[in-house]
Amino acid sequence: MERRGSEFADTTAQLRVLNNHRDRITALPKFASKLKESGLWPLRPTSIDILQMNVGYMCNQTCKHCHVDAGPDRTEIMTRETMNQCLDVIRGGGISTVDLTGGAPEMNPDFRWFVEQASPHVDRIIVRCNLTIINANPKYNDLPQFFARHKINVVSSLPYYNKRNTDRQRGDGVFDSSIKALLALNEVGYGKEGSGLELDLVYNPVGAFLPAPQKSLEADYKRELKRLFNVEFNSLFTITNMPIARYLEYLIASGNYEAYMEKLVNSYNPAAAAAVMCRNTLSVGWDGVLYDCDFNQMLELEVGGAAPSHIRDFDRAALTERAIIVNQHCYGCTAGAGSSCGGEVA
Amino acid sequence: MKTYYNPDDLAKFGDISEFQEPLAKKFFSYYGDVFAEGALSQREKSLIALAVAHAIQCPYCIDAYTTDSLEKGSNEEQMMEAVHVAAAIRGGASLVHAVQMMNKANEISM
Ligand code: SF4
Ligand code: SF4
Repeated sequence: MERRGSEFADTTAQLRVLNNHRDRITALPKFASKLKESGLWPLRPTSIDILQMNVGYMCNQTCKHCHVDAGPDRTEIMTRETMNQCLDVIRGGGISTVDLTGGAPEMNPDFRWFVEQASPHVDRIIVRCNLTIINANPKYNDLPQFFARHKINVVSSLPYYNKRNTDRQRGDGVFDSSIKALLALNEVGYGKEGSGLELDLVYNPVGAFLPAPQKSLEADYKRELKRLFNVEFNSLFTITNMPIARYLEYLIASGNYEAYMEKLVNSYNPAAAAAVMCRNTLSVGWDGVLYDCDFNQMLELEVGGAAPSHIRDFDRAALTERAIIVNQHCYGCTAGAGSSCGGEVA
Repeated sequence: MKTYYNPDDLAKFGDISEFQEPLAKKFFSYYGDVFAEGALSQREKSLIALAVAHAIQCPYCIDAYTTDSLEKGSNEEQMMEAVHVAAAIRGGASLVHAVQMMNKANEISM
């Protein structure tokens, strides 16, 4: 966005639009007041169970909806020093899951080293793999074997089970390359019953509408991907598009912004609010700065209060007592059945 | 510009209860039950509604069930096929009456 001279390269401009863009937006209730009505204010963590690490914004793709604004030209990348600080926290216990995201996390030169170091200390490592990275360069071709060796839970976006909708959001040729990668993952056992190798797919709407119910869409994905491509996978997670970064730009440029925000607000579900992912996940930025979630990271909203703001100063007690920083984008997590990195929450 | 149809009116559908509450209540409760998951899935019901919306040419329903079909996980190809079903039935309904025309023509012709 910076390279294109977009006004939203400045995150305060995004927050301004989320709060004050024309009367229809200003008239919407504040997310904090909704939480108060639901008895959830201030919003506090229930635990710190998942450490989500954004290991760099570099990506081989430039998807239209990307909340990270990731792409090949992004240079922010997590150093081994910061990874070591994360490892100190992981070795300290209490973290069951490490969730590696990006950009394309595999493009971090220390990615494999980190996985090898972390895997003995946690129950599960999730890698948010965009699939096409596996075919992007011969040095990534053996990722399926590497993932299998470390029993990584691979979680991959496939916004629809056809080429037309997938390529419209993620770029020309992405669907075909994704299918090729999925077959390579199936080949080493991913998504196959009894293999213990979990492959989950992520659906997000290709446009300004809310996601379909997770279970019924999962059945459609399973049937069609098997029938058309012989691809298998474990679960489908349906995720709501967050009104930030490139997706926010799209909403405004297409004239859908106000109606989308109204829809999110009208679909507020208190049960989803009680189960938002920031209550059990801590997000670490590429530079070690701590956030309540990856979305707050992209809006540069650091953890608040007396909690330490860098992973090297990790303090479980202080972080568990912090109040989570919320803003109008949070409505994306609480609409309908809710939305998180693991799909529906309510 | 004043027009007969205003897209903003769709969101005011519930306001019909202002003039007659009990019937509106019954209608919306029935409406909700009709579209709940049943022997047909919500996605199938939404596609039927989309097709019917085109048959009765209701712009509110077309807007509503285009969005709803997408939100139930249908794709554009499936939605277009649903509209073709409506078109086929409408076209067929005209054409099947051609038999009546033929009957009458035969009746009064030498
Ligand atoms: S959505 Fe994922 S794959 Fe697409 S540009 Fe962003 S980080 Fe890369
Ligand atoms: S956007 Fe982040 S802080 Fe807000 S509710 Fe969702 S996970 Fe929590």
